[in-house]
Amino acid sequence: MATTPTLFDFSLLALSPPGWGGVLLAGFVSSIQLAVGGYVFGLLIGIFGAFGKLYGGPIVRDLLEVYTTLIRAVPELVLILLLYYAGTDAVNQLLTLAGYGPIDINGLVAGIFVIAVVQGAYSTEVLRGAIKAVPGGEIEAARAYGMSPLKVLRRVTLPAMLPFAIPGLANLWLIATKDTALLAVVGFSELTLVTRQAAGATKAYFLFFCAAGVLYLALTLVSNVFIRIIEKHSRRGMPGPV
Amino acid sequence: MSDPSTTLAAYVPPKGRSLLEPHRIFLMLIFAVLVFCVIWFMRWDWLPRYGTRLLHGIWQTLVMLFSTVAVGFLLAVPIGLVRVTGPKPLAWLANGFCTVIRGTPLLLQLWLLYYGLGSLFAQYPEIRSSFLWPYLRQAWPYGFLALTISFAAYEGEVMRGAFAGVPRGELEAANAFGMSRWTAFRRIWLPRAIHRALPTLNGETVLQLKSTPLVATITVVDAYAVISKVRQETYLTYEPLLLLALIYLCLTGMLIVAFRYFENRIPTRGA
Repeated sequence: MATTPTLFDFSLLALSPPGWGGVLLAGFVSSIQLAVGGYVFGLLIGIFGAFGKLYGGPIVRDLLEVYTTLIRAVPELVLILLLYYAGTDAVNQLLTLAGYGPIDINGLVAGIFVIAVVQGAYSTEVLRGAIKAVPGGEIEAARAYGMSPLKVLRRVTLPAMLPFAIPGLANLWLIATKDTALLAVVGFSELTLVTRQAAGATKAYFLFFCAAGVLYLALTLVSNVFIRIIEKHSRRGMPGPV
Repeated sequence: MSDPSTTLAAYVPPKGRSLLEPHRIFLMLIFAVLVFCVIWFMRWDWLPRYGTRLLHGIWQTLVMLFSTVAVGFLLAVPIGLVRVTGPKPLAWLANGFCTVIRGTPLLLQLWLLYYGLGSLFAQYPEIRSSFLWPYLRQAWPYGFLALTISFAAYEGEVMRGAFAGVPRGELEAANAFGMSRWTAFRRIWLPRAIHRALPTLNGETVLQLKSTPLVATITVVDAYAVISKVRQETYLTYEPLLLLALIYLCLTGMLIVAFRYFENRIPTRGA
């Protein structure tokens, strides 16, 4: 290292094997897969969680309260370790009980599961707040037209709550992209871990960590552009920002 | 949005319910059985051996938390101020800083500082022989730096909103009283902005607490690192992690209670 005078030797970022660019990009792709998968499943958990919390029975409400409080109070890193091991372990034990041999669980599936459980708690709260902000008259009007509860949900509650939910959900997406980095700790080769491996192998720490930072930043900035478009679209017909 | 007296809320919160409803007693019984099973069937004999180390780790976590929150907040004030009123180049710089830090994972920043700066410093004999080297060789300065920068960026965003949200009339009134810009800032703008930012400080501090275990990945011995050590030495997977989750749960709870106490002591008008 002392022999190389330059801090940044960009040939190390070449896409083909002597360079590490291809490895980095592959890690970036699996980071995005993790983030998208975890976010979408987290959103599903959030929708059910929010409706359970608002309209569910007393037991469902209390259980969901415990779920969101626990997940939001414990560091993501600890949760990821717990869920990653516990999740894969539980599946294998169930399989053994059912008479099958243990299987090797795909790291991507386990990672998506972990991110989804964490994101689910946060999106439950975001969506619950958004649903509470929908004016009651709109829902009553829908009921007065004789819509079934599911139709009210699909036609009125979900679209009407979107403008309230989108800032929070956008924030959650940005958090999800950055939470994927934590899976480096359990050895899932996403962008941060492959960056560290590349940096360790070549000793060009600054170059690789900065390159990975640029990739994450690009993801955030591109997301921001889309978020702004979606937000504008969902707020159409509403009075301007107060 | 709409006047609450004329429109009905979509959701009417149920009346405050007591802790001792039948279903809650039932749930608590189930929970008690679970806790009993965890204590009875899992292995906890390692606990006395690691007790003092664990306490030391928790102390390290708390020191990390409060020092970075304090220094980070001090940095956040000028960042927020510059973004609202500063000269253009400084404002751009502060904007860029917040965007970059908030747009990349903390783990990556931490590793960049520790491995990157650490290897860079080691190349220069001048640094190696300086009086700072004993500190720069350790891991905690890098963890402290990364956590402080991250807190400053997130809180800088909050402070920007807080500075921008102070009503213009109050600043104009200060002007009309003949205060200089600095006096008006010191007496009116800053205290009002901090007052507005305080409620978010609670959430930001809890988030910062949840970021502290990351410093264990660069060999700082905090609570998380002690638990990792336990896991390596005893080959247990779940017990140490469950204890760690419980520790963080208690720390978060204590932070929230403490902040609520202080928040109630800050006078607000009409609340």
